[in-house]
Amino acid sequence: MSASSEELAAKEAVAIAPAAAGAGQRRGMWIAAAVIVAFLIPLFARDFLTFQLTQVMVYALAILGLNLLTGFNGQFSLGHSAFYGIGAYTTAILMSRWGVPYFWTLPAAGAVCFAVGFLFGLPALRLQGLYLALATFALAIAMPQILKFQPLEAFTGGVQGLVIDKPDPPFGLPIDADQWLYYFTLAVLLVMFAGAANLVKSRTGRAIMAIRDNPIAAAAMGINSALYKTLTFGVSALYTGVAGALGAIVVQFVAPDSFSFLLSVSFLVGLVIGGIGSIPGCLIAGLFVLFVPNIAESISTGLAGAVYGVILLLVIFVMPSGTAGFIRLVVARLSRLRQF
Amino acid sequence: MMLEVEQLDAFYGEQQALFGVGFGLDEGRVRTLLGANGAGKTTVLRALSGMVRHAGEIRFSGERIAGWATEDIVRLGIAHVPEGRGTFLRVTVEENLQLGAMSRRDRAGIAADIEQVYEHFPRLKERRQQQAGTLSGGEQQMLAVGRALMLRPRLMLLDEPSFGLAPLVVAELFAILHRVNREMGVAMLIVEQNATLALDLAEHAYVLETGRIVMDGPSDVIGADESIRRAYLGY
Amino acid sequence: MELLLQQVLAGLATGGIYACMALAVVMIYQAIDHLNFAQGEMAMFSTFIAWQLIQWDQPYWVAFIAAVVLSFIGGVAIERVLFRPIHNAPILSSLVAFIALFSILNSGAGYLWDYTIKTFPTPFGNKPFLGLTLISTHQAGMIGVTLGMLGLLYLFFRGTRLGLAMRAAAANPESARLVGIRVGWMTALGWGMAAAIGAVAGMLIAPVVFLEPNMMLGVLLYGFAGAVLGGLTSPGGAVAGGFLVGIIENLAGTFIPYFGRELKLTIALILIVAVLMVRPSGIFGRQVVTRV
Repeated sequence: MSASSEELAAKEAVAIAPAAAGAGQRRGMWIAAAVIVAFLIPLFARDFLTFQLTQVMVYALAILGLNLLTGFNGQFSLGHSAFYGIGAYTTAILMSRWGVPYFWTLPAAGAVCFAVGFLFGLPALRLQGLYLALATFALAIAMPQILKFQPLEAFTGGVQGLVIDKPDPPFGLPIDADQWLYYFTLAVLLVMFAGAANLVKSRTGRAIMAIRDNPIAAAAMGINSALYKTLTFGVSALYTGVAGALGAIVVQFVAPDSFSFLLSVSFLVGLVIGGIGSIPGCLIAGLFVLFVPNIAESISTGLAGAVYGVILLLVIFVMPSGTAGFIRLVVARLSRLRQF
Repeated sequence: MMLEVEQLDAFYGEQQALFGVGFGLDEGRVRTLLGANGAGKTTVLRALSGMVRHAGEIRFSGERIAGWATEDIVRLGIAHVPEGRGTFLRVTVEENLQLGAMSRRDRAGIAADIEQVYEHFPRLKERRQQQAGTLSGGEQQMLAVGRALMLRPRLMLLDEPSFGLAPLVVAELFAILHRVNREMGVAMLIVEQNATLALDLAEHAYVLETGRIVMDGPSDVIGADESIRRAYLGY
Repeated sequence: MELLLQQVLAGLATGGIYACMALAVVMIYQAIDHLNFAQGEMAMFSTFIAWQLIQWDQPYWVAFIAAVVLSFIGGVAIERVLFRPIHNAPILSSLVAFIALFSILNSGAGYLWDYTIKTFPTPFGNKPFLGLTLISTHQAGMIGVTLGMLGLLYLFFRGTRLGLAMRAAAANPESARLVGIRVGWMTALGWGMAAAIGAVAGMLIAPVVFLEPNMMLGVLLYGFAGAVLGGLTSPGGAVAGGFLVGIIENLAGTFIPYFGRELKLTIALILIVAVLMVRPSGIFGRQVVTRV
């Protein structure tokens, strides 16, 4: 019998499992380190960079929403720009028409989007794969049209959109508005990411993933697929909606054409690059969505789109399973080497 | 030896399924691979067809085919009737047979062979324009064998041909296999859970257990063995 | 009633475009099991190539044939170079590849030929067809060519060995390999054919919507909608779906005046989704029954 490397690797596959317990501790350390770094950045960075990083976090949260639906539950959505837009407009309308303080608009946006997502999820139960994609695509196309709709202009501000005042730091803290928004967004991000991580690890999370991996078996096991799928739609919309609300506050402006189908495409691209089914991957996704188009533009204004496309292809070729998958592969290879 | 296999390992992802399997097969001979579920019998056939990652030596008529693409292995004259039959469900019976001859160019020969398959399997002729998905299990199995014959193979790999079939149908099928082997000189490697039938058709048998060959001998010897009889023959 | 009939006919005329696009979409879908989101851009790029040849004083038919042939080669090349390396990756990764292809072609066309609107000639002329003002000779020609292509494809797939091999490779790649079919090349061939059909579609559509890099966006969306509506498993259904979408779009624009022109696309899509609620696999699509 040959002692091939594959055979040894098969034995290692079993050996790696007990190491996972230690990995949990190491993970906690990584997260703590990241949070500390994130906390320190605005104190040393220029205002514009702080602003950009706040936007990165907003996109990361939006993409986390999409990830919950598409990555963990296998329901394909091209319509998340609509939920983002609903969240943004909820905030904008509450703040500019009724003077609601900005932090209360977040749960409001979340609730509205959860309801819309849940309601959309109900008929979506009948549609699979590409047919669902088309339905969500219809939603994405409809949203800017609805926002520009004449009779609703009193609320939505029509084509020109709405402007929001920038919130001031509370309690007279010695930081400026941009830094305050950064910390506020960071706090919301941490809470919601933790929530998502817990959801995924829970029984509900396992049910949701079971539905993605093998819907027939899941149903045979007694999982109420219909309920879980619509709930996931709702929660996913909630996450992206809260991101939209934050986005509106950060940018201080909402207009119908910002929430077009192109935004949905950006989210999807980000999701794939970050890693489907990976929660930390969403941060990489946010970074990608914000910075790469700018990088492409700076390389060549005339061919910005082509450069962007080439970058996408390079990333996909090198990391077909996204960044998170790639890192996992590298870590696995490294730990296998260590066992020699 | 037409087919020679040495030190064959096979892998599903990181999991190893075969450990140093070795055997051989002469022109026109029939041999069988026995074993319980999960022993690795199907994996052996899939490794021979290049459908699963493997390592080791596989020689067919002197040609080293380990690591070759499935399409190229098939074109050497190895027809594989897979587990689950692999029928093209949405096309007709006749189109399935035409697909079996896809790597050949001689139109007259193909037409003649289709008629010969219908001679072996009259029930297929009755249903020649029917969609293959509407056939019964037994008929689909016959179609799968017929399709394999269209290749004019020198070696046929059969994966559990009796699976899910009524005893009468199975008997009929094995009789046809015997005829094909005798008249056309097609060598066969049959994976079977139904050991009685397999030992009847084959001259030589191998027994697999968790990816390793644990017994190797002529059919009558294997069939008489106490442990084999208890485990696989039921008495 | 007369208005309804007129609008239906007008819808059929515009629907010819969508039917043509839907056909190309379904062709690729059957070959590779995904929707090609860059189909429209490929068609647009092919049309630009034809236009360029015409600018270089080539006769229309030379430019037409050259564009179709080059598109076929391009389609095969794209499959071999771009999509084959990632065919084992998760489905959404190929989606990103499609988006990348879209970006590259759109941006490239804009760079090479700029964004000013250009006219593209039609071999059918633009007179009223048989005296009907609702449908021009070009539109009639477009419908004719679409139906003709559909007929040729039917003959190819049902009547030739290669067509049978392609169907087998798409339906059951593993079994196809077991009969010696080179599945990889069948997929590449499918791409080439879809690219060629797309080129024809682009060259038929350009005289109507005028040639510029963004000309295919709306058309592609409607083409998709038509393909999905008709059922992705059926080329005939896709063509029918394309015509239906044209009719729905026209009727929505005419008879729902309150929403008017801006919401035309939205209304059309909503109607299509409504149909999908009733027939989740499309009107002519085959319900896929999976044995548990």
